[in-house]
Amino acid sequence: MASLDAPRIVSSRRDFADSFTLTRYLETGGYVALRKALTMFPEAVAAEVDVASLLGRGGAGFPAGRKWSMLRRAPISYLVVNGDESEPATFKDHYLVERDPHQLVEGVIIAAYALQVNQAFIFLRGEFALGLERVQQALNEAYAHGALGAKIFGSDFSLDIVVHPGAGAYICGEETSLLEALEGKRGFPRIKPPFFPAVTGLYGEPTVVNNVETMSNLPWIVNNGGAAFAALGAGRSTGTRLFALAGDVKNPGVYELEMVKNTFRDLIFDPALGGGLAEGRRLKAFVPGGVSAPWFGPDQLDTPLGQDEVGGLGSMLGSGSVVVLDDASCVVRAAWRITKFFSRESCGQCTPCREGSGWIERIMYRLEHGGGRMEDLDLVLDLCDNIAPGLSWPPQQTTICVLGPSIPSSVHSALTMFRDDFVAHVNHGGCPHD
Amino acid sequence: MSHFRADIRQRCEELVALYPRKRSAMLPLLHLAQENDGYLSEEGIAEVAALTGTTPADVRGTAAFYDMFHLEPVGKYVVGVCTNIACLLAGGEEMLEHAAATLGCAPGSTSADGLFTLEESECLADCNIAPCVQVNHRYVRTTTPEAFDQLVDDLREGRLDHDVPSHGTLIRVKRQGGLRVSAEDIAAERSVAIAARSARAEAAAAAAAAQGST
Repeated sequence: MASLDAPRIVSSRRDFADSFTLTRYLETGGYVALRKALTMFPEAVAAEVDVASLLGRGGAGFPAGRKWSMLRRAPISYLVVNGDESEPATFKDHYLVERDPHQLVEGVIIAAYALQVNQAFIFLRGEFALGLERVQQALNEAYAHGALGAKIFGSDFSLDIVVHPGAGAYICGEETSLLEALEGKRGFPRIKPPFFPAVTGLYGEPTVVNNVETMSNLPWIVNNGGAAFAALGAGRSTGTRLFALAGDVKNPGVYELEMVKNTFRDLIFDPALGGGLAEGRRLKAFVPGGVSAPWFGPDQLDTPLGQDEVGGLGSMLGSGSVVVLDDASCVVRAAWRITKFFSRESCGQCTPCREGSGWIERIMYRLEHGGGRMEDLDLVLDLCDNIAPGLSWPPQQTTICVLGPSIPSSVHSALTMFRDDFVAHVNHGGCPHD
Repeated sequence: MSHFRADIRQRCEELVALYPRKRSAMLPLLHLAQENDGYLSEEGIAEVAALTGTTPADVRGTAAFYDMFHLEPVGKYVVGVCTNIACLLAGGEEMLEHAAATLGCAPGSTSADGLFTLEESECLADCNIAPCVQVNHRYVRTTTPEAFDQLVDDLREGRLDHDVPSHGTLIRVKRQGGLRVSAEDIAAERSVAIAARSARAEAAAAAAAAQGST
C-alpha cells in the first residue's frame, strides 16, 4: 500500500484553479516564510536548509546546503534558478512554474537572502510560454506587494529577479551551459575544473545554481524548520519529491510523495497514483529517473523511491520522471527514439558524444526499421563502451559534460535486458510489432 | 532608425538595462526580434547586435544554436508535435503523420498558404497529456486526430487568437516594478551585510574555541 499521509510540501495548492495568483497565495500562507526569514540571520536560514538535508531536485541530487556553504571562501554574487526542464518525460517543474509561481519566487527570495545576493535570475525553457508569463506576473505582483525590490518588507535586504527565457536547447539544463546561455552565448558546457559555479560562475563570479523544485521547497522549510523536513523520508533522501509518471499507465501525472516510503510499484500501480497498466497488459520495463538513467525491470518494482536506494541498484532517481513500458511496446523503438533525442541535442563539442550519438542512432534506426544486422548488436555495445568506458553506473566520462555518458543508458539497458527482441528485429528485417 | 516597432524597441532597451552585461540580453532580445518579424530577419539580427554590443555574425552564430530561433521565415503558426519517449508510446509519430497530412506539409516545412510550419519536437514537458502538441509554444492539448483538425480549423478562423498569438510572441506579460535602487546603494548594503556575517562567524568561532579550551 502506498504511503500517502505525508504533507504536500510543494504541491499543496494543486486543487485550487487560481493557485498561481497572489490572492490565493496569500490566503494559503504565502510570503509568511519570507517575513520569518527576514527576522533571522542569513546564515541561520542557510543552516535550516542544511539541517533539512535538501538534495537538489534537478537530477544530480547534490545537497543544496552544501552548494550554498561553498560560499564561505568568497561571497556569492548571483543566484540562478535552473528551470530549463528538458529531460524527456520530466514535467514536474512545468507544473511548479505554471501552477505555483509565487511559491517559486518566495523560495528564490529566501535563498537570495540566505546567500546575501541582490541579483537573481530565473532561467526557464523557452517552450514554457505560459510558465514564463505566470512567473513574470508573479514577480510583478511580488514587487507591488513589497516582497521583492528595494528594502523587502521594510528590511535592509534588496533583491531584483529577472526571468530569462531559454530558446530550445536541452543542453542548457547543464548548469555551466545554462550560464553560457545567460551570458548570451551558444550553450556550450564549460570545461571542468572548476567544477562548481560557486567558484567560477556567471561572468566568472561565484554563483549558486539551484533547480526550480529545490527552490520551491524553501518556504515550507523556513516555516516548519529543517528538522521537520529531515524527519520525512529516510537516510540521505529527506522530505518529499515530485514524481512525473508517464508512458503506459492509466493515470500519468505529477505526484508528490514522501521520499523512500513508497516504491516504484506504489507509484505505478496504486489506484490513487498511477493506477496500473491498461487491461491485460504487463509491465515490461521502466525508466526510473529520466531517460539518462539505466532502465529497471519488473524485478526492481519494489525499490523504494530514494536517492541511494535507486543508486545502489545501478541507476538513478535523476529528474524524478518514471516512464512505463508495457509488453505491447517495442523496446528497440523506445531506445532508438531516446538515442535520436541525444543525437539532436548533443552540443557538438566532444567527439564521443557528437559522433557516437549519431552513429548509435543510425544503427538503432536500421534495427527498428529494417536493414539491421546481427553484428550491429555488438557494434552498438562497443560504441556505447567508447562513450562511457566500462558501461558501469555512475558512468565513466569521456566528455566535458554528462550528456555523453547518458547516451548509452537506454540502448545498453534495452540490449542487455531484451536481447531476444533485438535478435527478433534482425531476423524479421524490422520491427515485429509493426 | 529602429527596425523594431516602438514598443518592442522600448522593451529591448529595458531588457538590456536589466543585466550586468549587455550581451546577457541576447536570448530575450532574439525572442523580441522574432515577435517583431515572425522570424530572425537580417534587420532584426543587426539591431540585436547593436543593442548587445556584438556583431551580426556573432548574433547569427549564437541564434543558430537554439531550436526556437528561426533564421528563415516560418508560418504564422509553428506547430510542434512531440515524438519523444512518452509521446512515442502514446502515438506521437502517428500524430505527426496526421498533422503533416492535415496541414499539407512535411515536418520542417511550411504549408502552401504560409500559415503553418510543422516541426517534430523533442519533449515539451507535458507528458501526462500525450501526444503533446504546441502551437507557438502554447500547449493546445489535442491528443486525437479529430481534436487536431478542429484546432487547425479554429486557428484558421482566428478563434484562438487570444490563446495563441502569432509566432514569435513569447511573453505577453510586461515586467513591472523592479529594484529602483542605485547600484552603489546595493553595493553598500551588501558589504555591510557581508561584513556583519563575517563578524558573527568569527565571534562564533572564537566562542567555540574558548569553549574547547576550558
